[in-house]
Amino acid sequence: MTAEIGQILLIFAGLAALFQGVFPFLGASLRDAALMRAARRAAVAQFALVLGAFCALAYAHATSDFSVRNVFENSHTAKPFIYKLTGVWGNHEGSMLLWSLILAAFGAAAALFGRQSALAARALGVQGLIAVAFVAFIVFTSNPFLRLFPQPADGQDLNPLLQDPGLAVHPPFLYLGYVGFSMTFAFAVAGLISGRIDEAWARETRPWAIAAWVFLTIGIALGSWWAYYELGWGGFWAWDPVENASFMPWLAGTALIHSIRALEVRGAFRAWTALLAILSFSLSLIGTFLVRSGVLTSVHAFATDPARGLFILFILGGFIGGALALFAVRGPNLRSSTGFEPVSREGGLLANNMIMVAACATVFIGTFYPLFIDVATGERLSVGAPYFNAVFPPFMAAALAILSPAASLAWKKGSVKDAMRRLAPAAATAAAIATLAAWFAWPKSVAAALGIGLAVWAGAGAISDLAVRVRLFERYAGARLANLPRSYVAMIIGHVGFAIVAIGVIGAGALKSETIVYAREGDTVSVGGFDARLLSVTEARGPNYESEISAFEVSRGGKLLSTLHAERRFYPVRGMQTTEAAIASDLTGDLYLTIGDYNVERGWVVRAWRHPLTIWMWIGAGLIALGGTIGVIGERRRAPVRRAGAAEAISA
Amino acid sequence: MKRLVFLIPVLAFAVMAIWFAQGLDRDPRYIPSMLINQPAPEFNLQPIDGRDEAFTSRDLKGEVSMVNIFGSWCASCEIEHPVLMSIAREGVAPIYGLDWKDRPGAGAQWLMARGDPYAKIGDDAEGRVAIDFGVTGAPETFVVDKEGRVRHKHVGPISEDDWRNVLKPMIEDLKSAPPSY
Amino acid sequence: MRRLLISVLSTVSWAALAVQPDERLADPALEARAREISREIRCVVCQSENIDDSNAPLARDLRLLVRERLAAGDSNEAVLDYLVARYGDYVLLKPRLKMNTIMLWVAPLFVAAAAAAGALLALRGAKNRNLPAPALTEEERDALKRLD
Repeated sequence: MTAEIGQILLIFAGLAALFQGVFPFLGASLRDAALMRAARRAAVAQFALVLGAFCALAYAHATSDFSVRNVFENSHTAKPFIYKLTGVWGNHEGSMLLWSLILAAFGAAAALFGRQSALAARALGVQGLIAVAFVAFIVFTSNPFLRLFPQPADGQDLNPLLQDPGLAVHPPFLYLGYVGFSMTFAFAVAGLISGRIDEAWARETRPWAIAAWVFLTIGIALGSWWAYYELGWGGFWAWDPVENASFMPWLAGTALIHSIRALEVRGAFRAWTALLAILSFSLSLIGTFLVRSGVLTSVHAFATDPARGLFILFILGGFIGGALALFAVRGPNLRSSTGFEPVSREGGLLANNMIMVAACATVFIGTFYPLFIDVATGERLSVGAPYFNAVFPPFMAAALAILSPAASLAWKKGSVKDAMRRLAPAAATAAAIATLAAWFAWPKSVAAALGIGLAVWAGAGAISDLAVRVRLFERYAGARLANLPRSYVAMIIGHVGFAIVAIGVIGAGALKSETIVYAREGDTVSVGGFDARLLSVTEARGPNYESEISAFEVSRGGKLLSTLHAERRFYPVRGMQTTEAAIASDLTGDLYLTIGDYNVERGWVVRAWRHPLTIWMWIGAGLIALGGTIGVIGERRRAPVRRAGAAEAISA
Repeated sequence: MKRLVFLIPVLAFAVMAIWFAQGLDRDPRYIPSMLINQPAPEFNLQPIDGRDEAFTSRDLKGEVSMVNIFGSWCASCEIEHPVLMSIAREGVAPIYGLDWKDRPGAGAQWLMARGDPYAKIGDDAEGRVAIDFGVTGAPETFVVDKEGRVRHKHVGPISEDDWRNVLKPMIEDLKSAPPSY
Repeated sequence: MRRLLISVLSTVSWAALAVQPDERLADPALEARAREISREIRCVVCQSENIDDSNAPLARDLRLLVRERLAAGDSNEAVLDYLVARYGDYVLLKPRLKMNTIMLWVAPLFVAAAAAAGALLALRGAKNRNLPAPALTEEERDALKRLD
């Protein structure tokens, strides 16, 4: 009964979405406030209905109702309860329903808490139309509420790799990001229809853009983090097509949040910002196409079903093609009337945009090249991590190089001399650390040292700018610090976070060391200055797996540090084995241990890695998210501090 | 002029959409064989348990034949097996077997339980010969002509349809073709 | 018993951890080359892993093959050629520069150049446009105030 209820709720949600999609356009054209109000109500109703459908599916999973095909294919009585719940979105149909739920939630949020302008109304309408398309996709090609008859006794079990906290939350955050970009897309289309992409448009759209981008950042970071600790060799990014599918919208989104800032402050980049807003969501949609249509193989691929792929292609064609056609017609009318000097904040933001978009295009070409060649000539070739690792870093190096100078320039006309004065300490720090890094990394990777130098230049530059701005070493610096505009604080934190992520990526990616040996109880494995002595290996049993747990005593330079446990699990229903690595982290890096097969003559296979600076990746990602969040919460002019001598107003 | 620039995104997208649409037809996991129309790789394999004739690349010269990659661990080979038995009974062309990555005796045992359609069987426990054939999974079957050149690769189990509509006609053509030098 | 079960099952399941200690060559320079090459070779039965990371049995066979060829004196290129002869260009994760991959390798440069050109054009346009911003009309100023 639950599944049928869910089915009906979903269909009604589609109807509500249709109202939400059509009413605002009618209402805005006819200036009928009642229609626009009805649209907002439809948005809230749609959310309630999709939520109901989602809860119905969740209930079926929670109660292991195997008469529902989705539950049978993706669950099992032995699965721990929490993973039964997260398993709702660990499959194609369920994840599409989650997509729809988040889409509806954003629409409802905009309806309830957003401004009640014609722009917002039209944007809500576009959201509604997108929702109709996705609900239709679910109902017609990916229905999670289909029944099985007769009801099987037990399920087919979820992939044990997916029974994991990190992986459980990774998709929701990603979808929050993708759907967030649907909002900016909706605003862009609405703006193009009304012919106004201006400062006011930017003010309304910017929070959505940053929110989407923050969610996507967290989603990507979670995915990387999960891959790092779960897959067993400390890899965190493989340039797999579906990883790229989430990275491309992120790159475009980074360009968007910077461009929209210039639009908001100075009215610059009108057409370009609209285009970026369309592109960010388009890349999200194309990413969806990748995962579910089977045109590319990937470790992630959900469903390789060309029928679904065709449906999604029509959705892509409709929305992306439609929006870009609208852009072709309305774009030329968007004239930025203000100008700026090349050396200025706008110029710096333009440079950022160009780098991010070029990087995005490069990843796009690499990801889809095998497909293009196959269609063009029938030849099969692969474009993998070695290619991307060769062509991508230069773009990031360029981004790191210009980051702090660009952020230190004034609007409209900046002074290089002024910027350099602020950044001099940063330059010195960066040079020093780069030299130090080169000395440590020699001869493994001088490029890594250069990269670290650039990252330090970027991060220290941000802090240096901050220090100069609040005149850190003069009196009442604390007050000036507290009175900084939020947008500035957000920027500094975000930039420092980005620099820190870069340092982490370089350390963990380019500077690692590895040891693979056989070991018996009592043997010691050494890597990167650490020693791990295998104490014991014992057998254990989990809810749906059997395991071998090893205990290692870790020391460094003779000094005992800790005991780590690395595990190997076997899941009988799927016949799969997973490794649970033992990881000891500190700011200098990670010690990463895994235990493998047992050889009767030689002992266990033990693999140990030293991954320098890994934790900086996660800290940096967190800082980026924090910076973005501060940026969304909004700007409030602080009242000048009522203190003699410190009453200078801080200008934004 | 400026208006034309604004057309670029939508046109680029249109081109890409067409490419994607065509891509839906392709199966990205299917790798075309490098061996088509090439001489079969040179090899010399010991027989598996219970057989005494070695299986070498020389066996492939002189008549049209098939080389079937199988293993006792391979579930799809189980599905294909009855079809191979009936093909062997028809006697159109010999089927040679390559026992891929099997533990000693496992292949022989598997065949003893199900029947043996093979003229000769080579023991490729190390998998090196399979790599020379560009094998990526079992079962796979190669059609080899009289000169010992690979003419066709069939990936996955052979069904009755595959035999009747594709492989058998191909083999008969190859048998009646005059030798080329 | 359970340990035996796990070991036996793991030899037939796709779960043995990638490079095993007994695969490695004694010569560290050769072994380093083997690892380097392995990272560029696609595991043809996996989704998109390289043979260095993959758990698949065929990946292990290919890893051993790479080391065998290196030990026999092949250059890195020759080892890759050997595999391409059997599996096609598909097996290379880093595409070689050929007629059909020129576009791929040139693309990043082209994209960077196009981006730079676009930026320069935009900057020139902006510099010429350094007009004072048109004042907001009374209506627009009110609308803006309402938004606050």
